Amino acid sequence: MQARLIPYLQAAPLALIFLFFFIIPVCLVVVVSFFDYQAYQILIPDFTFQNYDDVFSSDVTYRTYLNTLKFCVIVWAITLVLGFTIAYFLAFHVRTLTVQIVLFLLCTIPFWTSNVIRMISWIPLLGRNGLVNDALLGLGLVDERQEWLLYSDFSVILGYVHLYTLFMIVPIFNSMMRIERSVIEAAYDAGASGWQTLWNVILPLCKPGIAIGSIFVLTIVMGDFVTVNVLGGGQIASIGKAIWIELSYLQFPPAAANAIVLLAVVILMIVALMRIVDIRREL
Amino acid sequence: MTTRTTSTSTAGKGVSRRQVLKGTAATAGLALGSGLIDGFPAIHAADPIVIRYAGTGVNAFRELSEQCKADTGIEIQYTTLTSDDVVKRAVTQPSSFDLLDSEYWMLKKIVPSGNLRGMDVSRVKSYDKIVPIFTKGELPDGTQTSRVGIAPIKVSYLTGAESTEFSETPTDFMTLIPTVYNADTLGIRPDLIDRPIQSWAELLNPEFKGKSAILNIPAIGIMDAAMVCQAMGEISYGDMGNMTTDEIDATMAVLTTAKQDGQFRAFWKEFNESVNLMASGEVVIQSMWSPAVTKVRQQGIPCVYQPLQEGYRAWAAGLGIPTHVDGKMLDACYEFINWYLTGWAGAFLNRQGYYTAVLETAEAQMEPWEWSYWMLGEPAAKAVVSPTGEQIAEPGEIRDGGSYWERMGSVAVWNTVMDEDRYMVRKWNEFIAA
Repeated sequence: MQARLIPYLQAAPLALIFLFFFIIPVCLVVVVSFFDYQAYQILIPDFTFQNYDDVFSSDVTYRTYLNTLKFCVIVWAITLVLGFTIAYFLAFHVRTLTVQIVLFLLCTIPFWTSNVIRMISWIPLLGRNGLVNDALLGLGLVDERQEWLLYSDFSVILGYVHLYTLFMIVPIFNSMMRIERSVIEAAYDAGASGWQTLWNVILPLCKPGIAIGSIFVLTIVMGDFVTVNVLGGGQIASIGKAIWIELSYLQFPPAAANAIVLLAVVILMIVALMRIVDIRREL
Repeated sequence: MTTRTTSTSTAGKGVSRRQVLKGTAATAGLALGSGLIDGFPAIHAADPIVIRYAGTGVNAFRELSEQCKADTGIEIQYTTLTSDDVVKRAVTQPSSFDLLDSEYWMLKKIVPSGNLRGMDVSRVKSYDKIVPIFTKGELPDGTQTSRVGIAPIKVSYLTGAESTEFSETPTDFMTLIPTVYNADTLGIRPDLIDRPIQSWAELLNPEFKGKSAILNIPAIGIMDAAMVCQAMGEISYGDMGNMTTDEIDATMAVLTTAKQDGQFRAFWKEFNESVNLMASGEVVIQSMWSPAVTKVRQQGIPCVYQPLQEGYRAWAAGLGIPTHVDGKMLDACYEFINWYLTGWAGAFLNRQGYYTAVLETAEAQMEPWEWSYWMLGEPAAKAVVSPTGEQIAEPGEIRDGGSYWERMGSVAVWNTVMDEDRYMVRKWNEFIAA
């Protein structure tokens, strides 16, 4: 009897943490999303679909989602290629363990400063009178100062890639380090070229790492409201930002409705990913 | 290429991954740890009274709290929030502060929550000396100030100490004791614009395409936008301070077209963002706040707080006491407010380009030439230096906009919260997304 209880006790701490810090808050958000509100009374208990109606009936919602998804896809593709390449270099090209560890830690150095500072430091670089513009002009590559460098889709994507590539590197590197070197030897012995080994052996074995990295990047970009604000000059919409603005205006119920819709979209994306890669089986 | 890796020994593999992960975890822990240490609040001695002071930061200065400590022994602990967060905090967590530094327009949202007490004017020693903008809705010379938007007089008084209703006539219970106020306009870079700017309409002039900015605080941004639309002759408002949904739609349509044509370089939300946009030359004309202009000038970059023919958009702030405060703390709050109005703080704020609520005590604390520069609009007799020590103006320069009377007398509209607030915020979100 007692022996059967032990696994439950072992799982209990994490389960409780999830219950108190995840499940209950989410339930509250769901409840609030059906509430009514007024300027002078923030939460009026009610059961109204008005908030969801506002979300789905406005074409701004669709445009904002489209815009956020666009960022997601672009950032995902870039971080995937970058992350895979860097992880590959670390895992297979760096021979000694010490160098591997040193290089890996180098990748984490940007994370020693706050991500707001990492974002803001792009501004003097990319601005109209920034270093990049000075350099381009000095080299004679452009005739006039380039404005698209800052406060544009470009700068937002640059910021995301800078901030989140590591989230791709770590899980892919982890997957790569688990690949038995004998498998690669076998591929070589069977006459596979370097590219064939990469495509047919390493890439499939890295799928769980890629999936985990993708989940990190997609969920962070979907929910972001800081980077898009700082590097987009406040002019580019994102779902996270729309929720944030509603919250700062004490419009909790519509913000809750928006948050639930966002949560559903992100969960759908993750489910779709899980369809492609069974992380649990491959871990 | 991969063939070379095949020779790597598999022996140390498990260890390596573990070590790498351990290293990362340690680094992350380090970063987290250092962040946490920064986050701890300063620990104060138990003895002196510490007032927890929440506000937007226009009033939050170390010099001010040090002077207050020296004069009264009361310690001030600032929590600086954005305007929107001040309202949120006041409505949802009033017990997290003892003194609220609020703007008058916020009262329309805060007072109905019942979290602010009506302050007993008999406990405010300088009450009779407060400028009549707050007590009568007029300038000291008797001319009425604008009533468009939430003019302070509309929300200055409550019908009772525990009332949540505004009184239209003065009573003994004030919502806020006024501290600072000012008249806002557009900031420009005179070195990058080589012609006079005289109208709010210039913000959307295609000449400044990609070089203008507007502030992204819907309640204030919409007023700047409305001043622009009216100046352009696009819209004439029934009551600019309380627009109809049609007027909001029309205003947002003008803004959206401008945005899609690339008129704006950025939208700013926080005061320092506007300083950086201006100082870096990303923007040459934008909505701005007076201390931001001062800050740009402190960096040696020319910046003018341009008076415009359509008038100013004004705001005012004051100190309010939440209902949970009582006993010794209540006495301390009144003591602090009384100290605030005795002149030192007023002079300090006047020297930054703000105006103080009690003029005569501030005048006593300022040099006569300082008073003539800041308040009377006369040429500076000496180099004007900010309270933090940077030079703001050369001798002989005149304050932008001139004297107190010229500036406060030309207020066209006050910051506001509209009845259609909910609709306006939604439309503003659509504008940002457009």
